[in-house]
Amino acid sequence: MVRIFGGLVGLFFAGMLLISFIVGVVAVTPVLSEHGSFVAPTVEEEFHHHPKSVAWSFNGPFGKYDKAQLQRGFQVYSEVCAACHSIKQVAFRSLADLGYSDAEIKAIAKKRQIPDADPKTGEATTREGIPADHFPLVYPNDIAARAANNNAIPPDLSLMAKSREGGPDYIHSLLTGFEEQPAELLKKFPDAKTPEGLHFNPYFANLNLAMAPPLSAEGQVTYGEGQPKPTVDQMAQDVSAFLMWTAEPKLEARKSTGFAVVIFLLFATVLSYMAYQNIWANKEH
Amino acid sequence: MSFPWAEHYTPKHPVMKWVDERLPLPRFVYNAVGSGYEVPRNLNYFWNFGVLAGVALTIQLITGIVLAMHYAANAGVAFDSVEHIMRNVNSGWLLRYAHANGASFFFIVVYIHIFRGLFYSSYKAPREMVWLLGVVIFLLMMATAFMGYVLPWGQMSYWGAQVITGLFSALPLVGEPIHTWLLGGFAPGDAALNRFFSLHYLLPFVIAGVIILHIWALHIPGSSNPTGVEVKGPQDTVPFHPYYTAKDGFGLAVFLLIFATVVFYAPNYMGHPDNYIAANPMSTPAHIVPEWYFWPFYAILRAFTVDLSIPFTGIVIIPAKLLGVLAMFSSILLLFFLPWIDTSPVRSGKYRPLFKKFFYLLLIDVAVLGYCGGAPAAEPFVMISQIAAAYYFAHFLIVLPLIAIYERPDPLPGSITEAVLANAKHRPADAAAVPAE
Repeated sequence: MVRIFGGLVGLFFAGMLLISFIVGVVAVTPVLSEHGSFVAPTVEEEFHHHPKSVAWSFNGPFGKYDKAQLQRGFQVYSEVCAACHSIKQVAFRSLADLGYSDAEIKAIAKKRQIPDADPKTGEATTREGIPADHFPLVYPNDIAARAANNNAIPPDLSLMAKSREGGPDYIHSLLTGFEEQPAELLKKFPDAKTPEGLHFNPYFANLNLAMAPPLSAEGQVTYGEGQPKPTVDQMAQDVSAFLMWTAEPKLEARKSTGFAVVIFLLFATVLSYMAYQNIWANKEH
Repeated sequence: MSFPWAEHYTPKHPVMKWVDERLPLPRFVYNAVGSGYEVPRNLNYFWNFGVLAGVALTIQLITGIVLAMHYAANAGVAFDSVEHIMRNVNSGWLLRYAHANGASFFFIVVYIHIFRGLFYSSYKAPREMVWLLGVVIFLLMMATAFMGYVLPWGQMSYWGAQVITGLFSALPLVGEPIHTWLLGGFAPGDAALNRFFSLHYLLPFVIAGVIILHIWALHIPGSSNPTGVEVKGPQDTVPFHPYYTAKDGFGLAVFLLIFATVVFYAPNYMGHPDNYIAANPMSTPAHIVPEWYFWPFYAILRAFTVDLSIPFTGIVIIPAKLLGVLAMFSSILLLFFLPWIDTSPVRSGKYRPLFKKFFYLLLIDVAVLGYCGGAPAAEPFVMISQIAAAYYFAHFLIVLPLIAIYERPDPLPGSITEAVLANAKHRPADAAAVPAE
């Protein structure tokens, strides 16, 4: 009974799947003969670029953040990105990871206004930041963010390096990837012209983004003595590294702990293999 | 509960003697995983994965209980509380990465364990109950993993919950009310998140309970073995301790080594970047995909694209979406019937030449389904998954019973010991001094 009923169920599902398959083949055949591919090509597929890879200092099993680079990146973030983008997950105190002293962190926090209640009246007000605070939001809410940015919300950047395929490579490529829309694209997809108020960037998923090129000129940010020249590419790399840190602040602890754990486990594996061989010696199996 | 030649527990220390007389727990442990449990001597490395699954569950329980001390199941703060764990909780990043990857490793181990059972027909008499309880554990694991993935309240969490609970709305008449009842609302929100957290905490303990039944049922007939020939005498078995505790110890070390490498050096490899974006009901991700361990079933779900209808009338009997849902659940539930579908008297795939070929085809088939399930729902992936899903059902429900009838199995060894000694004879003389697995 089980086998007969099971066989019928199997025939039913397999049959419906084969019918679905045949219907699919019929639907896909004209597309295939016209375009030579299963789906009609889209402008995103043809003109989207994958991020260029960068040799980050934090790559690889022994990678570490370059503190000078993170400080430069923080400078780029503060002077350029922070006008629109928040990093709300980051607390001022954690800037100690970048090599800032307590006094410097206090000064950085003090420059930001944190929403709070007035201690005398209880009314909503703002006060100077302290190291325990997080970086404040740029806009009080999404409506304000949209109103100020041509109906687009500038995303929070705390986790940007982990929430996009390619991570810091993607941020670097996006920041340096703005260009004129290729003439070839418009010839092939005449309807795909970048709309008014948007900006063409082949690294962005749908090719047109609301953000104007934020890094446009060499020396837009003035780096300190002994630092590399602030070219657009350098600034983009520095801020991408900084955003990798905001997304994964425990990367160095993770990699160094991992090294000790893996060495320990390699040792344990060898020992347990020897124990296994020893116990099973003279026992055919 | 064991073979007559198994060693009996004789407490030496007066304290153990005192305990054993009042509560025979030491005796119970000794007979379950100590020298009192006799196991076939010829188990290969695939028999390590049961113990490894137990270890994986333990890792999930320990990391999960500590994570729950810091997590807040509220739609307003859940995402930020996970980031709080990653940034401010001592070793919180380690707990969370171990827990998230631990789920994947639990499934890797359990999938190998299940395919071991399929190849060596471990589901056949007298071990049907072991298999049935195993399928129950698998279903509980899937429910637990799904609800756990919702808890970080990222984009994939939210939209995954939307899609999976939405499956129930495909049921006729009762579908929509059931959907609303499951979620506690019309879309995933606070009510859903809270109940998922509650159940995500409960179900692992239910799994632990069913595992005890699974092992209990296993220890009635004793473990199966790669020849599929039952134990005939004392020469066929060795005591679990120290023989298999030593072998499992080695397996465990290798498992932890691979697990640690992923946790410390590629913790986000098996995750989806979109889940680092906080849940946003107003913005649907381009491709909603579940975690990789659900991909084969997700592919089966999406493979049904044509309604079952009466031709030329336009009357739909079963819509395609419902067919997909029924097929997806059937693809797992059919495993419950496997002991009665496969009637071949030979257990081990080693001695079943025809079965072996179809088994490897099934392995490839499930891998193809997995690949298609993770790919966007577009051609050619849908067409490939249709063929692969058709074979999946055909394999279990049509091919297996037919093989059982038409296959001529190879001759079986007379006993486990005979097979072991025949194996040893084929080995070069110098290798015999150091028995290698």
